[in-house]
This record gives sequence, structure tokens and C-alpha cells, in this order.
Amino acid sequence: MSEWVLIVSCGIITFLTRFSMIALLKKEMFNDRARQVLSYVPTAIFPAIIFPAIFLDDTGLIQIEDNPKILAALIAMIIGIMTKNIIATIFSGLASYWFLIFVV
Amino acid sequence: MKSNLQVFIKGIIDVSPFMIPVVPFGLIFGILAIDIGFSPLATMGMSLIIFGGASQIVLLQLFSGGASSLIIVSSVGAVNSRHLLYGAVISEHVSDLRLIWKIIISYFLIDQAFALSNEYFKKNQDRNKYFHLIGGGVTCWVIWQSSTFLGIILGEAIPEKLGLNFAVPLTFLALLVNDFRKVINVIVIIISGLVATLGYNFIPYKAYVIVAGLTGLFVAWILTNKIKKI
Repeated sequence: MSEWVLIVSCGIITFLTRFSMIALLKKEMFNDRARQVLSYVPTAIFPAIIFPAIFLDDTGLIQIEDNPKILAALIAMIIGIMTKNIIATIFSGLASYWFLIFVV
Repeated sequence: MKSNLQVFIKGIIDVSPFMIPVVPFGLIFGILAIDIGFSPLATMGMSLIIFGGASQIVLLQLFSGGASSLIIVSSVGAVNSRHLLYGAVISEHVSDLRLIWKIIISYFLIDQAFALSNEYFKKNQDRNKYFHLIGGGVTCWVIWQSSTFLGIILGEAIPEKLGLNFAVPLTFLALLVNDFRKVINVIVIIISGLVATLGYNFIPYKAYVIVAGLTGLFVAWILTNKIKKI
């Protein structure tokens, strides 16, 4: 049951971040500066998901040597920069990872 | 003036090419949620109630790491803070609408629909232009729910050994592909990533997503400030 409380709470907070500005603002409240900084939110937050998932092992310790995820992520990043394609990025990373853990 | 249906369909057409990446994202979410131990019903419930890819994956990631509900909800809030910007931008176009429409629009205000409808709103002044955003949002909704559903079915069949957890950082990495060519963005990425990784075990309550995100935003604030002055 508590799992549903969690899901609904996350749903409410997601809805509220979308709804609050639409509901409260009559005219634009954010100046250009605030908008500029807010536009960096994905850039600032997504690495906090990406980096630990690559560099930490299952126990939460930093693992640099013998870590196929680092090389696979680098390959995905290079493919991503070259193609600017989301699907190509995800699948090149997964394919390299599987190659490294199952074949090499 | 175009009819409501015409504007709605225009929204569907405009957003469609951007729906291709949503499919693997939804599949991965469904598969992982089942892997972590959520029931198919709860997994579907997350997609229906939250309807936000990044939020749902962050929820899974922190839940499987044993974070408390309070931290999970605030991290989801931090991830979603970009929607404040979307809402602020959209608000001037929908300020005259009834509350019920504002609620409906808020539910469908996702990244892709926002980006495309914002362009459309700039060019069109028709009173029914908001149907464009609803068209885009509904399209994404259908794709997201069906790919989640497919992911749930696959999740029951796919062995854990495949290491699909790794698809999480890859998906978020893919969302940043346009950032790697900009110096400020790269600096923000590295600092936020380092704070999260090094702080993972030290920042209490698994609040590393919030702490790293705020640090990154602070760095972006300083760097964009500097550049303005030069």
C-alpha cells in the first residue's frame, strides 16, 4: 500500500510543478536571467543519475578498473555527439556493454 | 481560423517524429520496474499517474537504492523543476482558459509537447491554439502507456543478467547529446556528476540527486553570469 502512496505523491509533485506556473501566473514572472538558469536544469540534474550508475558498483563503491560500463558509456557518448540521435546513443551503449561482458 | 480538431491533429503530426525515442524509454521503464519488484499494476499506475519519463526512472533508481519516500518525492520534484519554466512560458498563452483546461494542459505538459507547441504558439494567435499542445500530449501519452505495457510483458520474460539497469544512465546520457558541444554545459555535467558520485555514500538520505543538481545549477548560474559580463 505504501508503494501506492509513493506513486501518488510523485504524481502530485510532478503535476504541481507543471500546474503551478500555469495556474498562478497571469503575465510572465520569470525574467530572462531566471529562465536562462532554469534552462540548465536537465544539464544539472541528469548527470546525478548518469555518473553514479556508471562509476559505482552494486555496493555503492567507486569502481574504475575492470568496469565495462565506463567504456560502453564513452562509446555511447561519442556516438551521441556524432549522430545527435537518442536511439543510436542508447543502443550503441547497450551493444558495447553486452559485447564487453559477454564476448570479451 | 482552423477548427479545434485541425489544430489537435496538427499537434499530433508535429510531435510524431519525436515519439521514436519515447518507445525504448517506456520499454526500459517497464522492464526495470518489473525487475525491481513492482507489480504490473503499480508499474502501469506510475505511467498513468505520474506520466513523466525522467520522474519515473528517478523513482525506480532511488527506490531500488533504498531511499526514503520523502527523498524520492523531493528528488522527483527537483527533476521536475524544469516544468516550472515550461509552465511560466506557456502561461501567457493559456491565461484566459478555464481552470479545467489548465488542469488538462498541465497533465500533458511534457518536454516534447512543450517544445513544439511553444513554437506553434509563437506563430499562431488563434483562440484554440492550445489544442496543439493537447494533440502532442495525447500522442505522447498513448505511446508512453503502450510502451510501458509492452515493457511490463517483456520484463516478465527478460533475464536480469542482461544488465538492463545500465540502460538508465544511457537513456539520460542520450537526453544530453546536444549538451556536449557547449562548454558551460560540459562543465556543469562534470561537476554535477562528480558531486553525485563522490557524495553518493556521504550525502545523507540519498539526497545526492538534489545536492548534485543544485550544485550544477549554481555553477550554471555563476558561469552564465560571468559570460554576460565579458
